[in-house]
Amino acid sequence: MTAPRNGFHAARWNEPLIQDLSEPGARGLLPGAVEPAIRAGAGDALARVPAHVRRAAPPALPEVTQHRVVRHFTRLAQMTMGFDVTTDMMGTCTMKYSPKVHEHIVRAARLADVHPGQDPETLQGVLAILYRFNRMMCAIAGMDEFTFQPASGAQGIYTNACLIRAYHAARGELGRRDEIITTAFSHPADAATPHVAGFKVITLMPGPQGYPELAALEAAVSPRTAGLMLTNPEDTGQYNPAIRAFVERVHAVGGLCAYDQANGNPLLGIARAGDAGFDLCQFNLHKTFSAPHGAIGLGCAAVGVKEPLRRFLPRPVVTLDGTRYGLDDDRPDAIERIRAFLGNVPTVVKAYAWVMSLGTEGLRAVAETAVLNNNYLLANIRRIKGVAIPWPENTAPKLEQVRYSWEPLHNDTGVTTMEIEQRMVDYGVQHYMPSHVPVLVPQPFTIEPGESLTIEEMDHMIATLRAIAAEAYEEPEVVHHAPHHASVARVDDGIANDPATWAFTHRALAKKRAAWSKPRSAAAKRHAGY
Amino acid sequence: MPPRVGVVVNPIAGLGGRVGLKGTDGVEVVARALALGAVPRAGARMAEALAALRARRRDVAIVSGGDAHDPVGGTNAADTIVAARVLAEAGVDLLLFAGGDGTARDILTAVGDRVPVLGVPAGVKMHSAVFAASPRAAADLAAAFFAGDAALAELEVMDLDEEAYRAGRVSARLYGFVRGPYRRDLVQGVKVGGVAGETAALDGLAAEVASRLGPGTPAILGPGTTMRAVAEALGAAKTLLGVDLVRDGRVIAVDAAEADLLRALATAEDARLIVAPIGGQGHILGRGNQQVSSEVIRRVGLDRLIVAATPAKLASLHHQALRVDTGDSGLDRALAGYRRVVTGRGAEAVCRVVA
Amino acid sequence: MAAFEHPYVPNASAGPRRRLLDALGIADVEALYAAIPADLRVKGVLDLPAPLPAEQDLRRHVAELIEQNRGAGDLLIFRGAGCWPHHVPALCDEITGRGEFLTAYAGGTYSDHGKNQAVFEFQSLIGALVGLDVVTPPTYDAAGAANSALRAACRVTGRSGIVVPALMNPDRLEQMRGFVRPTAQPRAVRQDPATGQLDLADLEAKLGPDVGAVFLEQPGFLGTIETQGAAIAERVHAAGAMLVVGVDPLSLGVLAAPSDWGADFVTGDIQPLGIHMHAGGGCAGFIATRDEARLVAELPTTLISAAPAEGGGVGFAWSTPERTSYDTRHEATDYYGTTQWLWGIGAAVYLSLLGPKGLAELGEVIMQRSLYAARAVARVPGVRVPHLDRPFFKEFVVTFDKPGATVTAINRALLAHGIVGGHDVSRLWSGGPAMLMCVTETHDRAAIDRLAAALAEVLS
Repeated sequence: MTAPRNGFHAARWNEPLIQDLSEPGARGLLPGAVEPAIRAGAGDALARVPAHVRRAAPPALPEVTQHRVVRHFTRLAQMTMGFDVTTDMMGTCTMKYSPKVHEHIVRAARLADVHPGQDPETLQGVLAILYRFNRMMCAIAGMDEFTFQPASGAQGIYTNACLIRAYHAARGELGRRDEIITTAFSHPADAATPHVAGFKVITLMPGPQGYPELAALEAAVSPRTAGLMLTNPEDTGQYNPAIRAFVERVHAVGGLCAYDQANGNPLLGIARAGDAGFDLCQFNLHKTFSAPHGAIGLGCAAVGVKEPLRRFLPRPVVTLDGTRYGLDDDRPDAIERIRAFLGNVPTVVKAYAWVMSLGTEGLRAVAETAVLNNNYLLANIRRIKGVAIPWPENTAPKLEQVRYSWEPLHNDTGVTTMEIEQRMVDYGVQHYMPSHVPVLVPQPFTIEPGESLTIEEMDHMIATLRAIAAEAYEEPEVVHHAPHHASVARVDDGIANDPATWAFTHRALAKKRAAWSKPRSAAAKRHAGY
Repeated sequence: MPPRVGVVVNPIAGLGGRVGLKGTDGVEVVARALALGAVPRAGARMAEALAALRARRRDVAIVSGGDAHDPVGGTNAADTIVAARVLAEAGVDLLLFAGGDGTARDILTAVGDRVPVLGVPAGVKMHSAVFAASPRAAADLAAAFFAGDAALAELEVMDLDEEAYRAGRVSARLYGFVRGPYRRDLVQGVKVGGVAGETAALDGLAAEVASRLGPGTPAILGPGTTMRAVAEALGAAKTLLGVDLVRDGRVIAVDAAEADLLRALATAEDARLIVAPIGGQGHILGRGNQQVSSEVIRRVGLDRLIVAATPAKLASLHHQALRVDTGDSGLDRALAGYRRVVTGRGAEAVCRVVA
Repeated sequence: MAAFEHPYVPNASAGPRRRLLDALGIADVEALYAAIPADLRVKGVLDLPAPLPAEQDLRRHVAELIEQNRGAGDLLIFRGAGCWPHHVPALCDEITGRGEFLTAYAGGTYSDHGKNQAVFEFQSLIGALVGLDVVTPPTYDAAGAANSALRAACRVTGRSGIVVPALMNPDRLEQMRGFVRPTAQPRAVRQDPATGQLDLADLEAKLGPDVGAVFLEQPGFLGTIETQGAAIAERVHAAGAMLVVGVDPLSLGVLAAPSDWGADFVTGDIQPLGIHMHAGGGCAGFIATRDEARLVAELPTTLISAAPAEGGGVGFAWSTPERTSYDTRHEATDYYGTTQWLWGIGAAVYLSLLGPKGLAELGEVIMQRSLYAARAVARVPGVRVPHLDRPFFKEFVVTFDKPGATVTAINRALLAHGIVGGHDVSRLWSGGPAMLMCVTETHDRAAIDRLAAALAEVLS
């Protein structure tokens, strides 16, 4: 194999901000004029607006000719490392191939140009897919009903918290049940959204095996327990084998259990939330189910519940009456809407198409291959000098991702995981994900290959990490000051954290630019020192 | 402005370890170590740290405090203290020292919390929280500090009682706090506007603990910055190192000894014992808390014990475990297991307690 | 585990699978699932439909389902109420369809410089529209943006009360009720149904010392343009509260930016900015405010800041992540995750194409078309347009005199004419059947004339 760095250099266009491409008089798009009859019949429309309500000066939008706008955004796209461009194994993100055929399918005018408020008679296609995918998710997860209204994993988890809240409120117990239990390695949303929903949160720290022990849960449950909300396997890739006992313990005190299946890729066809006793769950359709991540969104969560919670699902619910699909808005126990309309319908369509492509055998192959790939990487990455595997007492295989540690390398060389992350860009691959907060593993890096990758891609990633680790030992300077071949030169990101210098818009930048060259205040400190 | 690093090296630190002796305090021990062929290594460790730091920050100015000790002579802590004071007065941005807990104690005596301090590990005993994990890690942390990428915190200086240790008895003392940069495994970062995230976290934690104490409820507060914040939330001023008894916003026993606490408990009803993890080992009872004896703990009752720690503090503990070391093995066993820890407003964690 | 051949799972094929198993020294992948207790394992196979592994079969199957919909190509859609039929320029589809953006995710300053710049430009272009220096990347939807801004304003003022206009979008009000449930329920201020204007006297009465935030929509949910903005802001501020205004960004080519007349936070929906309706999937929002540390501290989203790059260029870095629920976790006062950044990029393309002239011209076009339609509809016997003589943008209320008429029945009859009628606002209107009609730049004269004719026929 050739040396992994192989002379890569990212496109570096030094493309100006669109506002700086403005030329007076340039037009990018003409809205067109109204017909004479309309001008005659309604030409006074704007004049009817009182002067003080009308815009006095045009907005400071740039004037750019159309093809320059084309080039501008095309260049920006070229400076973005999507999965279509290069290997991406970012931990907890479940990066995988988003089939192109799905993009062509959802472009159809009869999906793209449909208003969600249309008579259901004209939405039979949308409703059919939502209904069918609902049933498919029930089979996959062991649940009784799904909603696709939430627009991300975090919002799906929030929906779970609201459903738990409604359940206890309906039983008159919400007053005394004000605690939700989660774990340190569950996604931050499993702690954040119940708090937003009004609960106190108890976080279980991991035990000697790297996941919480039942004894920890024992210390946390009480008559005040409203529920348990956790991710399993956790972001470390470790599966908690006592999960059923966890559920039973919480049920015993009258709490509900919500399964965050953000890390559900290795479990498709292998183990189901419903079978473990969970009352509710959520999946990320833009992760596990192949819908594209959309540069951080087109998100969509599939939130599933068991029978006793169906009546609390937000309106409207898709129904099937013989052969006609409908929307049921008459749901007196429904929690308040989580988001507008029915959800990210195109994302649901893509997820549906993915499951229809693969079937039950294919889903199982996805899960098993993701686990196989991950353990192949683990076997090789652990042999790289400077790598440690946290909780070495836990010898069970990891499932779909691993949280590694560069702590030995850091102690030997002073190089940090953030610096290695940035050096990866010089090798033409998307970098890894260190860790969510709390950062309990020192100098962490989390890698999740998923099932899409070839062995060659994985070998390339292993060689890349090995090469960078060797650089840390032999020429640490090159890693300390990485990246050197990226789309932009080294950025002083402390500027972004200081109110005196940050700039979130072009107009703010014009005001703050002068402050960039002044010495920064002591208040400017960067996040996440590893 | 180029950052200025003041350097203090204790050349006899670490001598004992390589030849199997427990520490290097005491002239006799040093002599024995040298006789056994031990080579002073603190200098080499500091050199490694400085070289790595120079490579990261070419403009860093290194100001030497000189070798603090005559390598053949006795353990003259006075030399360390003089050197450190000179550097502090010279206005260095960071005081970098190589040594062990003994040296850390000397630095504490010399400068208190007047100047940021960071330890390059070179001693045998390194229980203090002021040490980086290695010379290179120290260089990385110093460079981050100068770049504005690391926060300052109050870090415990601990040291074992040497005589007791060699006799097989483990007994530690909390000597005080220095201020130093630390690369936190972050739970909360610096808040917008510059208010330290950890300060805000402490405020929330203290308010939560205070809210659990009703009027008239006496509370024994252990040492440390967390307990000081709790006292403030209760409207009382508290010593950093001592154990104080607080009720209704007033300190009714200052820097209490065990006898004082037992006397106060005799008349107090429903008292609470509030402690926070101390040092890098996360001791909640035992190290640094000797006044809170096993008798005091039993009188208060295990169900009236409140443990408080910010999420950042918990994240910094190895395996997020808390330790107890009361000297009473039965009590230690009763305390061991999993326990709820107050971490903020309406927030708790469940942590393992190990004996 | 039997071999499985499919392009999406290359290592499930026999050869690669064997190589991996051998590399791990195991006979079967089952060994890797050892941690999962046997009684939790799926017995047998999942009950799923037979798969369609060939691309053309899959495509045909899903296309057949989608064909059962009707869209703007088949019907004249005169409905808005949170999702609107607007023209989507070809370039918007091109850029949001580019694989680099479509399949990117959480790359940072260096690996996703282009994505960061594109979203920074979204922040900037919205900032230019609303006249504010701080704008977030896209939020889940406009209601979510408003909810976040309202709770932020409450945290800044240290109060929990929220006041909203009585005629606001009921679905958004419902979302708000759910979100603010733990703190306080919103209270309604009267709006004059005849004019859509806020009742200032009632506003003053409702502005108690516990009120931290007041919400206003511009244009209002029923399409009317609020003309007392400055007076409202004055009263809100005098009472120690903050003003959050939800806008239709397309109207800001012709209407004054709310920050000009006193809004502290501006929120809105970006779907009208070059994003298809996608059956509701095109919804996304934004929050904007002034560049003050105490306000920025309360924003729950990622924020992209420009930052200097070596050599004089400009890079982009994520600012102060400690504000977000990723860091605050169990102490979070709001939450954020994957949202709709791709639509933000589409909106940036849209605004870059339109420019200041285009936006102003478009705003006027929409106002003219919708006024023409309102007048045409008002001429139909039995039909009234209550706000005909008031300034409105894009949407207007239509009421029906026919006894026993319901919006449902009228819309069903209109559907037979190939027309999607307005959103049913009868409950909000409290005076008989009423619908909210939407007319945009996509409705030419012929379409509007068809609407009027169909209404006439349906009501006769």
